[in-house]
Amino acid sequence: MLIPHPLLGLRDAQEFVYLGDASLIERPDGMAEGAPRAFYEYAYLRDNPTGVHRELWFHEQGDRSWLIVTRNISTHEILGAELARDVALKSLDDKRKGGAA
Amino acid sequence: MRFSALRVIAEGLTGHRGWGPLWRNPDPKPEYDYIIVGGGGHGLSTAYYLANTFKQARIALVERGWIGQGNIGRNTTIFRSNYLLPGNEPFYEFSMKLWEGLEQAFNFNAMVSQRGIINLIHTDGQRDAYRRRGNAMLLAGADAELLSRDQVREICPFLNFDNARFPIKGGLMQRRAGTARHDGVAWGYARGADQAGVDLIQNCEVTGFRIENGKIRGLETSRGYIGAKKVGVAVAGMSGKVMAMAGMRLPIESHVLQAFVSEGLKPVIPGVITFGAGHFYVSQSDKGGLVFGGDIDGYNSYAQRGNLPVIEDVAEGGMALMPMIGRARLLRAWGGIMDMSMDGSPIIDRTPVEGLYLNAGWCYGGFKATPASGYCFAHLLATDRSHDVARLMRLDRFESGHVIDEKGVGATPNLH
Repeated sequence: MLIPHPLLGLRDAQEFVYLGDASLIERPDGMAEGAPRAFYEYAYLRDNPTGVHRELWFHEQGDRSWLIVTRNISTHEILGAELARDVALKSLDDKRKGGAA
Repeated sequence: MRFSALRVIAEGLTGHRGWGPLWRNPDPKPEYDYIIVGGGGHGLSTAYYLANTFKQARIALVERGWIGQGNIGRNTTIFRSNYLLPGNEPFYEFSMKLWEGLEQAFNFNAMVSQRGIINLIHTDGQRDAYRRRGNAMLLAGADAELLSRDQVREICPFLNFDNARFPIKGGLMQRRAGTARHDGVAWGYARGADQAGVDLIQNCEVTGFRIENGKIRGLETSRGYIGAKKVGVAVAGMSGKVMAMAGMRLPIESHVLQAFVSEGLKPVIPGVITFGAGHFYVSQSDKGGLVFGGDIDGYNSYAQRGNLPVIEDVAEGGMALMPMIGRARLLRAWGGIMDMSMDGSPIIDRTPVEGLYLNAGWCYGGFKATPASGYCFAHLLATDRSHDVARLMRLDRFESGHVIDEKGVGATPNLH
């Protein structure tokens, strides 16, 4: 599998370490009400869907950036990749805007 | 129809005209007391023990495709009971005892062959760990034997004992472990269940659960609605997708595991051998092919096929362990979808939906568990209580903290 790295172009998937579902980027608030339950769901439960899956890959033997790769896990076709940092910042931005509105 | 030597001789003399199909192909009835979802090894053995051992009736098994087309036909056919933890070892030893009486029990030749397994030791630390594991096995009533380097050499003279990085220092042996004909296991259980009155309904995909007031009522399937008092789900790699239809998220990810077989060779490997420094294990089938495998590919997959880097990794492990394997040509490689749980151990438990039960999370060790998994799941379905050896294999253990983590790597399914 070749992963289209947004900065480095096509890279062999072997250069990466796999973490799992991209939702792992949204860590629960440890101080919130019901945090133990939220952390249990965060750490252990997965949607584990068939078909299109967004997932975290770490470019360990490359530029050491975290990517969010969109992949069809029923066929291994890779549909796109973006920097996890961009996704996280955008999500934070959306939350701030949502809070202001 | 019972199989016997006399029957084989009689059929041989009359042109083999008396053999019939091993099981019926019935249409679904409107309602059953029990429906097992999944016609793989675990589903079939569940149906078999539910009908034969626990004497229940009105049982159906529904399967999306054909009987035994999933992981029961895709594994490396090894059974063993060399686990460490109290939540696992008694269960696998129970499974071992069922393997030992299996062919007589279901009157079918599953080619169960107790040819032994050796886990190789390469360091002093590993010897300590295997000594401890061997003691844990003995405490659970299993057999275990610590072999010296010379004893290993006597059994497997062809191994690379003086590899510069990973010299072989000894091994942990379980003589009662072995291999079986995996398809024969599926067919034996299917036939045994069918003869006890279980309806094996093939080409019948579950498309939804009918749940009212938190209680199961029946299944929506591609062949219409089927009512059920109790439903047991044993669908391995598809657990996440099936249980999502009941509104549940599971502590499971689906990954692909590859396995390999070489061209047929004369008998060379006496039992099962596992490399202790990389992930590689090998045995030889009765047809002569070397059957071997290694790690899962490491990313979520439902594709039933893997990629080349893992093939290279497995081949490297093989070459490090027994350089002669380099002379054999690889004949076939294939993949199966593993239900990798968050602690590497399985789940046999009820679910929050009354009457809906789950058997899942076998990671890549499901084949050896086939008899005990079915027995314990049938026990749970029939009596509503967990069997003693499976009582720790609970669905809620991740929330309560009672995980059964043999490898100690936590909630990283691709590392178990």
